[in-house]
Amino acid sequence: MLSQVGLAKIRVPAVEGWFSIDESEPYLLGSKCTKCGTIYFPQEGTFCKNPRCRSETFEQVRLSNRGKIWSYTDAQYQPPPPYVAVDPFEPFAIVAVELIQEKLIVLGQVVRGVTVDDLRVGMEVELTIDTLYEDEDKVYLVWKFRPVNGPETLRR
Amino acid sequence: MAGSSAIAILGIGMHPWGKWGRNFVEYGLAAANGALDDAGLSWTDIEFISGADTIRNGYPGFIAGATFAQALGWNGTRVSSCYAACASGAQALATARAQILAGLCDVALVIGADTTPKGFFAPVGGERRDDPDWLRFYLMGATNPAYFALYARRRMALYGDTERDFALVKVKNSRHGLSNQFARYRKEVTVEEVLSSPKVCDPLKLLEICATSDGAAALVVASEEFAKAHGSKNRLVRVAGISTVTPIFPNTIIEMPNFSTDSAAGQGVLEATSFRDSIANGAYEEAGIGPQDVDLAEVYDLSSALELDWYENIGLCKQGEGAKLLRDGDTTIGGKVPVNTSGGLSCFGEAIPAQAIVQVCEIVTQLRGDAKDRQVTGAKVGVTANQGLFGHGSSVVLVK
Ligand SMILES: [Zn+2]
Repeated sequence: MLSQVGLAKIRVPAVEGWFSIDESEPYLLGSKCTKCGTIYFPQEGTFCKNPRCRSETFEQVRLSNRGKIWSYTDAQYQPPPPYVAVDPFEPFAIVAVELIQEKLIVLGQVVRGVTVDDLRVGMEVELTIDTLYEDEDKVYLVWKFRPVNGPETLRR
Repeated sequence: MAGSSAIAILGIGMHPWGKWGRNFVEYGLAAANGALDDAGLSWTDIEFISGADTIRNGYPGFIAGATFAQALGWNGTRVSSCYAACASGAQALATARAQILAGLCDVALVIGADTTPKGFFAPVGGERRDDPDWLRFYLMGATNPAYFALYARRRMALYGDTERDFALVKVKNSRHGLSNQFARYRKEVTVEEVLSSPKVCDPLKLLEICATSDGAAALVVASEEFAKAHGSKNRLVRVAGISTVTPIFPNTIIEMPNFSTDSAAGQGVLEATSFRDSIANGAYEEAGIGPQDVDLAEVYDLSSALELDWYENIGLCKQGEGAKLLRDGDTTIGGKVPVNTSGGLSCFGEAIPAQAIVQVCEIVTQLRGDAKDRQVTGAKVGVTANQGLFGHGSSVVLVK
């Protein structure tokens, strides 16, 4: 949802350190255990959770920005706070996306305009950075997914 | 089957589930007195009180054991309070069992009670940017039903389950719960009513998602020796196994309140295993039985579709065959292995710290032969199973 006001609002991530804020090159920020190679999202920086690894050192890694839908759903009712919904509430879709290389599944909202009818398990999706909500002077950004082969209008 | 590690259940008590809007202590007390009466004991006979905590009722909820002890009357009784999300009640039972088996006490009271807010479970208040439960609402608007719906859709894609199958679970449970005086919803529903109720999270409808309820349940448990010496008007039911296992890394199923699964990409990590499968396995192992021995089960139907996952997780059928088991009528009262004869969460709604205990109450009622209209003929072995947030889950095996 782009702001319609004359003065551009400041665009800030809704949460620090979870994704790139360069909207032309969207990716999720994970961390990788330097000893056993286990990957974490959001970043793990204290202890490796692999029970056979005692490493406490991690390097920041970019996660693949494409994956396959493991499952999907939507929110037909407005979620409670701290979710900030647009008024009037618009249902949105949520996907669980399998990142093949990282061998993990990550969740995210789907971009506005794509409904569950447009989604299938196994479909390829890509990451994008989009508006989560806005207040008077800021736009808060979050990662979302969209079908790779979706309608052109959805791809900005 | 019930070896030396078994304990006896002398009494069960419940406060009806509903949306009563009163203090949770009041419900807990009603359940506790019910269990004491059922056991033919008084509060002053109890040597250990084990409370399952509620996190939505302030400080008294965090120390539920002491809260109930004070309400029953300070008596010097040793106390424990524990929180383990949906498994809290079973965890409280496991704590009481450990005290009994260690010979530290002979008879204990286990209680869980809750008063819940309306609507979706929301995270505890305040801005908490290091709490994944807060963050999943903030960053994704991902409610509990959204996670249930992901599992449901996955079943449809993998096994060909249909929205009608999910609706049939609700229809079955609504029938089962009709005569249960402790259930909140006692109304039969049709497939059409379920399918035409509003969609909450695709493919799940309003009637397929469990509500949040007020309610309470309690148990009086004792050593075999105490049970023998004390005698009982009820047919004795024993706890033969309790599982409170945690997952094994890497857990590759997406779970509340997480943003991602564990990664299986590390060097030397084990092959991924299913946490939900391991929950009942732990209880079966302790009890020395297998799923083929089970006569009935109470599982956590947070959603209609999730009940089908549980059939497979507790070994009633192979992976992917849950819907067939349901369609064949095997899990309906009168079938091979009835599931959720109490009506399940579908008829109760969830009162978190009481829910794992009320599952046990239903199996005890069935094994005693006291279930009247919903009695499972000849039931000798029952199992409960549930899963909650942050790697908590529990399963209890009960035998006659
Ligand atoms: Zn490691």
